[in-house]
Amino acid sequence: MREEILSVIAKNSKINLKDLAVLLNKNEVDIANEIADMEKEGVICGYHTLIDWEKTSVEKVSALIEVRVTPQRGQGFDSIAERIYNYPEVNSLFLISGGFDLLVTLEGKTLKEVSYFVSDKLATLDTVLSTSTHFILKKYKQEGLIIAKPKKDEREAIS
Amino acid sequence: MRNPLSEKIVSVKPSGIRKFFDIVNEMEDAISLGVGEPDFDTPWHIRDEGIYAFEKGHTFYTSNSGLKELKQEICKYIERTQGIKYDYNSEVVVTVGGSEAIDLAFRAMIDPGDEVLIPEPSYVSYQPCAILAGAKPVIIDLKPENDFKLTAEEILEKVTDKTKILVLPFPNNPTGSTLGKSDLEKIAKVCIEKDLYVLSDEIYGALTYNGQHVSIASINGMKERTILINGFSKTYAMTGWRLGYALAPKEILAQMLKIHQFAIMCAPTVSQYAAIEALKNGDGDIEMMKNSYNQRRRFLLNAFKEMNLPCFEPNGAFYVFPCIKEFGMTSEEFATRFLQEEKVATVPGTAFGQSGEGFLRISYAYSLDTLKTAMEKLEKFITRLRKHVQ
Repeated sequence: MREEILSVIAKNSKINLKDLAVLLNKNEVDIANEIADMEKEGVICGYHTLIDWEKTSVEKVSALIEVRVTPQRGQGFDSIAERIYNYPEVNSLFLISGGFDLLVTLEGKTLKEVSYFVSDKLATLDTVLSTSTHFILKKYKQEGLIIAKPKKDEREAIS
Repeated sequence: MRNPLSEKIVSVKPSGIRKFFDIVNEMEDAISLGVGEPDFDTPWHIRDEGIYAFEKGHTFYTSNSGLKELKQEICKYIERTQGIKYDYNSEVVVTVGGSEAIDLAFRAMIDPGDEVLIPEPSYVSYQPCAILAGAKPVIIDLKPENDFKLTAEEILEKVTDKTKILVLPFPNNPTGSTLGKSDLEKIAKVCIEKDLYVLSDEIYGALTYNGQHVSIASINGMKERTILINGFSKTYAMTGWRLGYALAPKEILAQMLKIHQFAIMCAPTVSQYAAIEALKNGDGDIEMMKNSYNQRRRFLLNAFKEMNLPCFEPNGAFYVFPCIKEFGMTSEEFATRFLQEEKVATVPGTAFGQSGEGFLRISYAYSLDTLKTAMEKLEKFITRLRKHVQ
């Protein structure tokens, strides 16, 4: 049941319990309990809204930053990661295999704000060896949804 | 001037769907629940393979019966889903959609005067194709009380010594009805007793929601008298690629292939390459689409229940077939008024045969949001009708 619930709400967290029960052919109360359990267990961590900020008047700059760090004895990458993810402007943080160690995604109001964060906060951390900042120019697809091009139903009305 | 037209073709009625289509097309903001094709795009890995085929210059004819690798993959698919073994070399033809395969089967098997049993409501092309091939179509009116399943008794009522072919259109368009193994075993028994061939149109075979589809060809003694028709349109959301296939005993297939060779040459080459990818790596796509259809199916059935509109539970295809007899109108009147008053297009059951009278075909090849809006409109519409009836 969990996987079924998750597969639906992963794409549509707004769906109400009654509809969800109908779609999955399950009891409403059972679904509510299962969701509550998953929230408690941290399986469901939150409910977000996917917004195309480009279509709003809000100015936003997003960047991906590759960070190379020196892992610390006994702590590995965790303590340096914690120092980075506690900054509210950090959107996500991943430990990465390959050419660098941490991938930071960042959202700021202006280019200046992002640059300031990188040069002043991130690059100055003791364990940070180097950073490489990539600004996002256009978002084509996010969370499995294509946002660049709206889809039109091309089918004949009746067939 | 002489009449340029063939009497036979003039006597064939144009598709009942077509008539309604013209009305819908004139309305710009109508919601349509009328389509008979998936709303999903062809999965990208399949389209990508099509693009590669163009790039590599696979733009020539293939052999008449289709690419060898495709025929092999088709046989593997039928073996893994139905457990039936076919010889790719002599028992498969790749066609331009399932509809070509239907036409080929009739033309390869019918002599003037042969009778073809056609259960209705069903897809609109069996009867015209049978007539064009020279057959006398004999309609079996499927009954709502049987959930529009075909029974062995109904065949026995209509069978004569001229009956040659039984059309078996399950999972069914427009009703969504399916046949289980035990239903098929009874039908198979009659077919063997009465020496009938079966044209089994299994184009919706991948889309069943309570248990897997069973092909009549998998029943003992039936493979040698079955023309199994399937295709890529509904299974992989590939309607526009125009690709289907028929599997049949080699004596029948050889004759079908002859017609295909002279009339068509071969199915589109690029589509054939893409279809190989579909069969090799598309099982996950089928599962994903099926889950999605199933959720919508449940949604519609629940919506009907809440508005007290009788509808049996269809277990296949992507259609529901609610009963609108209580409103005292013909299906066509109902569908027309529903379209005019609420701007929602559905297809009258009668477009698929007289026994569809009193029913409506509603397709759920639409997003849940669209279905939701349409159901709100349906509820509004029938509430209004019920007030008037009282």
